[in-house]
Amino acid sequence: MSTLKIAGLKVSIETDQGTKHILKGVDLTINEGEVHAVMGPNGSGKSTLAYTIAGHPRYKVEGGSITLDGEDVLAMSVDARARAGLFLAMQYPVEIPGVTVSNFLRTAKTSIDGAAPAIRGWATTVRDSMKNLRMDAEFATRNVNEGFSGGEKKRHEILQLELLKPKFAVLDETDSGLDVDALKIVSEGVNRAHGTTGLGILLITHYTRILRYIKPDFVHVFVDGRVAEEGGPELADRLEDEGYDRFLVDGVTDTPEPAGAQA
Amino acid sequence: MAVVSTDAAERLGIRAHSDGPAASPSRIPVQSRAERFSSFEHDDFPEVTGFEAEWKLTPVDRIRSLIDGELDGSPYPIRYPEVEGASVEWLPRSDARVGSAGAPEERASANAWTSFEHALHIGIDGAIETAMTVTRGELGDTPRAAHTIVTAAPNSRGLVVLDSQGGAALSENVEIVLGEGAQLTVVSLQEWDGSALHLASHFARVGRNARLRHFVVSLGGSVVRVNPSAHLAEEGAEAELFGVYFADAGQHLEQRVFVHHDAPHSRSRVTYKGALNGDGARTVWVGDVLIAPSAPGTDSYEQNRNLVLSEGTRADSIPNLEIETGDIVGAGHASATGRFDDEQLFYLQSRGITEDEARRLVVLGFLSEIVQKIGEPALEARLLSALEDELGAVR
Repeated sequence: MSTLKIAGLKVSIETDQGTKHILKGVDLTINEGEVHAVMGPNGSGKSTLAYTIAGHPRYKVEGGSITLDGEDVLAMSVDARARAGLFLAMQYPVEIPGVTVSNFLRTAKTSIDGAAPAIRGWATTVRDSMKNLRMDAEFATRNVNEGFSGGEKKRHEILQLELLKPKFAVLDETDSGLDVDALKIVSEGVNRAHGTTGLGILLITHYTRILRYIKPDFVHVFVDGRVAEEGGPELADRLEDEGYDRFLVDGVTDTPEPAGAQA
Repeated sequence: MAVVSTDAAERLGIRAHSDGPAASPSRIPVQSRAERFSSFEHDDFPEVTGFEAEWKLTPVDRIRSLIDGELDGSPYPIRYPEVEGASVEWLPRSDARVGSAGAPEERASANAWTSFEHALHIGIDGAIETAMTVTRGELGDTPRAAHTIVTAAPNSRGLVVLDSQGGAALSENVEIVLGEGAQLTVVSLQEWDGSALHLASHFARVGRNARLRHFVVSLGGSVVRVNPSAHLAEEGAEAELFGVYFADAGQHLEQRVFVHHDAPHSRSRVTYKGALNGDGARTVWVGDVLIAPSAPGTDSYEQNRNLVLSEGTRADSIPNLEIETGDIVGAGHASATGRFDDEQLFYLQSRGITEDEARRLVVLGFLSEIVQKIGEPALEARLLSALEDELGAVR
């Protein structure tokens, strides 16, 4: 049983106005096969959590730990984290001019597995996965994220998720900018990966909309760099009705100790 | 990523600057690219001091023999395949086609013009299916002059590759003439040995509704300066000028591009991309675009991008745009020189790809964007492999 454990995580970034403390002690444990939704208002630190797990150099860890099955994730390079089984589906995937999707996917798969995939089997696997995500075969010949629509970028992220088969995936606002049809297609992809590989998921979102398609086991509400409240799927329903207002009033003005870590 | 970046669509009627030489009492400064002096005679040009706008970014001391020395202008060994619809022959200086596309605008170019004995003519008469690749690999170290004329008959189509290998000390002129409706791709491929010296001026004249695609690929050589110009001389003429270069330690790679819009509804695109790696790696790109009063309806864009891979390099990137008519579709320029984009590296690494491999992918992708446009799969594959070899030294 794999476990991704975040404990007491404190993270800051450097800005023109000086050091800004964003995460102020985050505790979160995700077990294999679990789906955790992290919800919260803009600026609450959700994306910081995502990028810190992936190891983006902009985010400076001031304290706390992230471990994957007991291994110190924070000591790993960005690529080593991916090879250890972590995946980040980005909100704003980056264009890589001149590098085709096909070349990129093969290179990534080879890096993750430590050996090149068998040529024929791999081509079939890629084609089938693309078909499932309603992606045209021509897509593989395009340069990574170059000229992709918002929906195409997100599908491409989920295509990688399905092909690279990580242990844990962080989905950073994967639902943003998607229309209903694209949201369903992308959600199906996430659910397929979850169903076939026992993927653990950290689903970061501002809106409850995507939770109609990807059912969370746990919901964590992020406010001002901390988990302000936790619960089951019913918490998401309550947010749908009430919004984040009560947290902004209760949570920010005078920050009480957040709810304890949940298992 | 950008260390220096300008990206401006020039507004109608606003004339861009042009960097002519400093005023001197004896000479009126050149204000417009249109007024630049040209002559077929070496001695018509003043001595080169190295301070002229034309030469100030070039290591002139390394190429004195080409600017002023005696040049061997005799024919040299070439290799080429039999291609139906294409011909290769040596022409006498007196042939009417000599001088039909342009005239030297600087002293080294004029030195070559004065010195060549025969011109190499590559003619495309029909629609050729395979590339006409003319390879010269045995020029030797004696300073040389060469003259090449590529002609594309009206409504012909083809791809001509001028492939240079081995050692050389060469100054040359290349004329490219496209008849009405012709579609011609010319690839000038500099795969020289490390010590080669090479100065080249390309003069293209593009006829009515003809389309030139021109590539300068500079990988080898010590000092390589290839200056392509395209004269869009008749209505509907089009030129796409591409370049890709990779400068290693101590290597100087230069290209001065000139597009002259001189007829209605002409179109041009200039895209040059380069990488620099190692101490003393040096590149120069100057892009002049002149939109003459005779060229209403012009559509033009030029850009240069440089990727700096190590300390100790220098890239100059100078776009110049002169607009002399208010009636244009568009005219713009862009230039950016910078290091790796950290976000690109992060994205690739977050997929398990090691930092070294990610850098290699990013650089190769950056440069291969140009190579991908040649449209000749075998040549593209060979060039990508050559670029990968260049990247072997990058860490």
